[in-house]
Amino acid sequence: MNILFQFLYTYRALVLFVVLELVCVWLIVQNNRYQSAAFFNSANTVAASVTQTSNEVSNYLYLKEANESLSEENARLQQELRQLQQQLSLPSMRAAVPAEVEQQYTFQAAQVINNSIHNSKNYITINKGMVDGIRPGMGVIGPNGVVGRIRSASDHFAVAISLLHTNMLVSAVVGDTDAFGSVKWNGRDPQIANLDYIARHQKVAEGDTIFTSTYNSIFPAGIPIGVVTEVSLSDNATYYDIKLDLATDFSSLSYVYVIRNRLKQERDSLESISIN
Amino acid sequence: MPLVAQVFYFIIYLILQVVLVQKVVLFDVAFCFLYLGFLLMLPFEAGAIRLMLMGLLMGLCVDIFYNSLGIHAAASVFIMYLRPHAVSIIAPRGGYETWMTPKLKVMGFEWFSIYSLLLIFLHHLLLFFIEAGGFGNFFYTLLKVLASTAFTFMVIVIIQYLFYSARRSI
Repeated sequence: MNILFQFLYTYRALVLFVVLELVCVWLIVQNNRYQSAAFFNSANTVAASVTQTSNEVSNYLYLKEANESLSEENARLQQELRQLQQQLSLPSMRAAVPAEVEQQYTFQAAQVINNSIHNSKNYITINKGMVDGIRPGMGVIGPNGVVGRIRSASDHFAVAISLLHTNMLVSAVVGDTDAFGSVKWNGRDPQIANLDYIARHQKVAEGDTIFTSTYNSIFPAGIPIGVVTEVSLSDNATYYDIKLDLATDFSSLSYVYVIRNRLKQERDSLESISIN
Repeated sequence: MPLVAQVFYFIIYLILQVVLVQKVVLFDVAFCFLYLGFLLMLPFEAGAIRLMLMGLLMGLCVDIFYNSLGIHAAASVFIMYLRPHAVSIIAPRGGYETWMTPKLKVMGFEWFSIYSLLLIFLHHLLLFFIEAGGFGNFFYTLLKVLASTAFTFMVIVIIQYLFYSARRSI
């Protein structure tokens, strides 16, 4: 026993090194899970308030871009509202829809206080948290399209996994067709993502818009993800190689909406019952 | 170096890192991890154990802001473990004197650049490959490592010239 202690003492630096590295590896593995506690990341109150303060300063530099993107969105929404009002004025459109289905999705606006785009796993910190009804797993969209999903939330802040994260997959559909696939970022250019698993019998062309599909319970169907810029199909491949230009400009993201799906729990529990 | 000064420098480097340098990325590939300046400046007489604990603490604090829990800590502990070995390999002729500190103005540019480039490179190598989660995009990740090593080194050298004097206290 004495010899063992002597040995450990002689190599104490090496032993501590191995122990500390194991702790770090454990932390990294824990941190890679889809949802996690909000203490050891930038949703942590101290970290978030430091970030928010520094963000308030740099925000002034981007006010113009933020304003333009918000007013464009406003105009688009106005137009959609008018169209829907016209449709609703027809009696045949007023079918009896239960309120919770009609208002299945509610949107909570939030300001981006921290955002990275150059890592291979990028995260977005926003200034709304549990108090505002934000929970891990909710979807996040921007004025132009899909942004990410909430990973952890503290009382007043939350961290979302950006679409620019190599483990993030979003179920997608091509334009008006029924070609379903999933969008995944390739880890390099913050403007370009891949669309995988579109089978070769489907018709996909450059310029097609990619939307979120109905196959997920986080995003409403029909939220834009991006536009196809490159389609290729090698002779013996089962699936297309498709590249898309993302709808959201992550480098100038300033406001986002967090989506709450009232029927998510119902849908998920039904699906899990059916699977088991 | 008195404890108060060390705590002070720790906080200064951490705040500079997360408030200022975190947002600066040159050409999409060159990152600056200025906080290494603090770890490189710890005195020679600090043993491997103290160095590693400082590395862990600094790494974890940076990780919280980068949402990358454990990655900066792992890389920092790694170079802090290697630091005493690196220091003894590149010892100047006649060894180290008791009044010496690992500062540019004390040790000279040649010694300082070998010392810091070596450790910064190893730190970034580990950091970016763990962050990428493997060797996919190998050359792109390597490019990030090299560009960031150059960037971090430059900023640390500039800070050495501007803010550190050749006096004994840090």
